[in-house]
Amino acid sequence: MRFIFKTDYMQDIRLAQHAGQVFWYGALMLALLAAPWLVAEYWLAQLTFILIYAIAGLGLMLLAGFTGLFSLGHAAFLGVGAYTQAVLTNAGVPFAIALACAAGLSAGVGVVVGLPALRVKGVYLGMATLSFGFIVEEVLARWESVTGGNAGIRIKQPDIFGWTLSSGGAFYFLCLLITVLATLGILNLLRAPTGRAFVAIRDSEISAQSMGIHLARYKTLSFALSAALAGIAGALYAHKLQFISPDQFDILQSIDLLLMIVIGGLGSVHGAFLGAIFLIAMPQAIAMVKDYLPPTVGQAPGLQGLVYGVVLVAFVLFEPQGLYGRWLKIRTYLQMFPFYRKGMFKRQKTFQKSDRLR
Amino acid sequence: MNNILLSAQNLSLRFGGVLAVNNVSFEVRQGEVFTLIGPNGAGKTTVFNLISRIYTPSSGAIDYLGPDGLLRLTAQPPQAVAGLGIARTFQNIELFEHATVLQNLLIGRHTQRQSGFWQDLFFTRTTRQAELKAREKAEDVIDFLDLQHQRDALVAGLPYGVRKVVELARALCTEPRLLLLDEPSSGLNVEETEDMAFWIADIKNDLGVTVLMVEHDMALVSKVSDRVLAMNQGEVIALGTPREVQGDAGVIEAYLGSEGDVSSLRRPAPHAGARAA
Repeated sequence: MRFIFKTDYMQDIRLAQHAGQVFWYGALMLALLAAPWLVAEYWLAQLTFILIYAIAGLGLMLLAGFTGLFSLGHAAFLGVGAYTQAVLTNAGVPFAIALACAAGLSAGVGVVVGLPALRVKGVYLGMATLSFGFIVEEVLARWESVTGGNAGIRIKQPDIFGWTLSSGGAFYFLCLLITVLATLGILNLLRAPTGRAFVAIRDSEISAQSMGIHLARYKTLSFALSAALAGIAGALYAHKLQFISPDQFDILQSIDLLLMIVIGGLGSVHGAFLGAIFLIAMPQAIAMVKDYLPPTVGQAPGLQGLVYGVVLVAFVLFEPQGLYGRWLKIRTYLQMFPFYRKGMFKRQKTFQKSDRLR
Repeated sequence: MNNILLSAQNLSLRFGGVLAVNNVSFEVRQGEVFTLIGPNGAGKTTVFNLISRIYTPSSGAIDYLGPDGLLRLTAQPPQAVAGLGIARTFQNIELFEHATVLQNLLIGRHTQRQSGFWQDLFFTRTTRQAELKAREKAEDVIDFLDLQHQRDALVAGLPYGVRKVVELARALCTEPRLLLLDEPSSGLNVEETEDMAFWIADIKNDLGVTVLMVEHDMALVSKVSDRVLAMNQGEVIALGTPREVQGDAGVIEAYLGSEGDVSSLRRPAPHAGARAA
């Protein structure tokens, strides 16, 4: 059991709360930096995908997990970013500028989509974002002069001021750098007034407003940030696959993203990463065990969808806090061994809220 | 001392066919505890929601002596109210459940924020300094209301009585000039209600904050309030010191009904001759 003696307010403000965190996150960082020399090309590519999905997941986590606004059309922002990057890169724009444009355009679209969020909530916001996702997918398919339509477009390799990133290792480092920067940015926001305003809106709009928080401004900001991160992820995704088509940004992709943060653990930054690992590792795991299953099960077409569905239902029923919540429980169990009690994470029933003000 | 901090003039609010508040006028003086009482549905909370701009009155207006002089409160947007120094608590507690007590209090410092979005994103010196200052202020409030033990606890795990105090603490963190308390003692036990009475007196005397509250517990009301306004069915029925209002015939009628109501319910005495037969 670790006891932290607090003698200074900075201890609460600092990113790392104690030396153990510095050690473990440092070790993780070293392992990630050494990865290109440690793992095979294929697994490095999977790791790159985890980083890319984690960036998109961070964005969606900020929106759904911290501001309480659910988006069922987040793949659209991924698509806007990917296509902006593809079109600009193919036109010869340097990587950094194209990436900034991808993020900026996505954020702009995010602001527009955020407008209904000022009026509708819950399931209705889900419907609005869902239909937005369809609109974007359709635009990408029909605007053939720019997007190449359903045939898709190829994208050149990233070119950072004359230095072409041709190897998988170099691109991996680029993704790692952007992931670290995005994570630090989100962590900074969350320990500052802006992030607290998001959390306030999630938990009680009425009292957030009475604390002086401008609801419309912060909801729009959350949408813009979330979309910008998805746009960056989309741009990297396009570079990674080197070929994009509208069907990569359909409703299934949106649901994958949402699934990722729910399984990872809503309302935690760790959750975005754990969810991304789950999302990329799951198909691999299924492919591995497929051969050992009886052929009628192993070769059945809907196996992956079935496993995803079962896992999601299981999480909602037994571990609503997601993978991160499960990890917290395991950690507490180990720290307190043998004094862990079963009900330690049970919360008291939420008291009735004033429905009249809704 | 007798400066008017807030004055409501002929406030009315209509929800469809219901006149929730009907032509209500009152003035709150600086440095007093002003209490609204009345039976359920009298329109007390609605008056609160008019002041905190959750509702806009159908007619009438509210004037408020802000930090920069007199202004028309009913023309301000809802999120501007906190910045003018009006903080409130809610009847059914509206805390940020999945945040710690400390984070709740820091959200109360939102109106005093000094950093913008970009400064927050990079956590610059400005943000860091402002955070430290906000933290110090929150710590003052924690000391004032004895919340030290709950500082890092999640609100979702706290008992009802503590949540009430946390909500009061969050309102105090905004450094209010006018504090609106919606039933501060509802759901509290006797000891907690006594603590609440002391705190309200301290808030008035030590912090110099004007308090406007809605309260049903008459013991608490007469202990802390300077003036009381009684309402019934959206209308003002009495205004004065707690003693005056409690003795007012209209108030007694609103709570207990009139003599006529009671006599009409009384069963006629059985006729003496009928029993004999």
